[in-house]
Amino acid sequence: MNTSALILIIVVWSIVTFATGYFFYKVLTIPQKTGDDSFSNNDKEK
Amino acid sequence: MTNTQSSGWGSRVGLILAMAGNAVGLGNFLRFPAQAIANGGGAFIIPYLVCFLLMGLPLLFVEWSMGRYGGKHGQHSTPFIFDAMGRAPYWKYFGVFGIFTNIAVAAFYCYLESWALSWAYYSVTGEFTGMSQAEVGAFFTNYIELGTNHPVVFWMICLIINTWILSRGLSGGVEKVAKIGMPLLLAFGAILAFTGITLQAEPGGAINDGVVGLNYLWTPDFNSIWSFKVWVAAAGQIFFTLSLGMGSIHCYASYLNSREDIALNAMSAGWMNEFVEVVLGSAVIIPISIGYLGIDAVTEMVAGGSGLGIGFAVLPNLFAGWGTFGIFAGVMWFGLLFFAGITSSLAMGTPVMGFLKDNFNVKEKTGAWIFGAIILILGIPCVLSQDAFNEYDYWAGTIALVIFAMIEIVLFAWVFGMDKGWKEINTGADIKVPGIFRFIIQYVSPIFLIVVFIGAAPGIWENATKETSFYGWLARFLLVGLFVGIALMVYIAKKRNNPIYKEDESFDKPTH
Repeated sequence: MNTSALILIIVVWSIVTFATGYFFYKVLTIPQKTGDDSFSNNDKEK
Repeated sequence: MTNTQSSGWGSRVGLILAMAGNAVGLGNFLRFPAQAIANGGGAFIIPYLVCFLLMGLPLLFVEWSMGRYGGKHGQHSTPFIFDAMGRAPYWKYFGVFGIFTNIAVAAFYCYLESWALSWAYYSVTGEFTGMSQAEVGAFFTNYIELGTNHPVVFWMICLIINTWILSRGLSGGVEKVAKIGMPLLLAFGAILAFTGITLQAEPGGAINDGVVGLNYLWTPDFNSIWSFKVWVAAAGQIFFTLSLGMGSIHCYASYLNSREDIALNAMSAGWMNEFVEVVLGSAVIIPISIGYLGIDAVTEMVAGGSGLGIGFAVLPNLFAGWGTFGIFAGVMWFGLLFFAGITSSLAMGTPVMGFLKDNFNVKEKTGAWIFGAIILILGIPCVLSQDAFNEYDYWAGTIALVIFAMIEIVLFAWVFGMDKGWKEINTGADIKVPGIFRFIIQYVSPIFLIVVFIGAAPGIWENATKETSFYGWLARFLLVGLFVGIALMVYIAKKRNNPIYKEDESFDKPTH
């Protein structure tokens, strides 16, 4: 592969793979919020 | 007002995989490489990535937050989500696009999905073994011209599978399929990508190493920044790949708890789709096809930009030359396409079911079978004629997406109001959304979308005035009838008194 293609593929694949792994890891490790689904708070957003 | 969230997601991972499955489709493996090659290889990738950042991610935030906002008010489809956000009577009719597009795209998409299913079956039975490339091509042509009854049989099987899964509900059907289908898809994709990258040229086999194809795709061409055509193609691909402008993201997000995160969820699902497309999608079809056929031949084959021909008519022949592994490769490739397809088509059914349930008290199971029946009727012209297929693809699968996205971002940023919109995006957020996205959503993305639409306008006029066959006209008639029919149902639903207005007069009004 030529140098510019190699640099681009390494940079883009690394960013995309890291971002995918990072955000999915956060999804797996951050506890899911629970609670009632009232929208009363929303009414106060005036 | 009562909240009508009677169904929902079983787990956060299930939601992410379902949302990523919605986005990951046939386009990730066929359309993306074909578009990249058709637009000059390395010339395409930079505009594509810029479009992802300036249009893809912002629209994901917007659609997720609109969906959750609608869910808070007991609405799971865009007509009344738009109605809740815009409050002016006409907004709900713009929301019709969010039902229309899903039905119209599902009508031809399920047929494509059935091709993948049948090709996986043929790979197992060794149908392609010993065939020359011309014979595989002829087999493909004979198939799509209905020279056998198999297309209809596999299409019916696909429709029944889709409808049955949908009838099982979100957590019992869609989420379970995503949890099985997405890991399988990633595994198949990774094996094939490794095979593509490590492909070696040898006498009687590949004429190029796999890296020749990668080199072609990834050699940057900075002159492409000045090519409007490449930008339009890149923006179009971002729409396709992220399932933006369809209404299905809104629907999935509407089943979230009102305080649950959407920022991290949107980022996770969006980046997962990009991983499948940019990393896996670019490492399979391009290295393998260019490896065996050369750049010029492949460029000619993907001139239309869909990649269907190369995916179905060329790869089976290449796999057949790989001996026993070729059978596994065929099953993996077409199995991968099938899983990518079904996780997307399931997402197209849920807004329809949500609309029927919210507004006409139709049970989920009944709603699923109604959706299946509509897809059956609308899909017949696609099965019978390529002209009808093309009409559906162009009007519903291309133009409607851009129009809908343009409308929704104006509604979100300028009618609902960016102050409330930004607050909505950040409510319950598990990550800090960079402030630059506020500016992008308010100014950059709308301008970007309007420019893309203006750029596409001459093509729209050309297609609208183009002569077509009987089936092409039938498809146009059905599409118009579908849109009008849904708009009529929205009108009737409103007349039946939407509970948002009936039960809660204190409903918050949008800031202007």
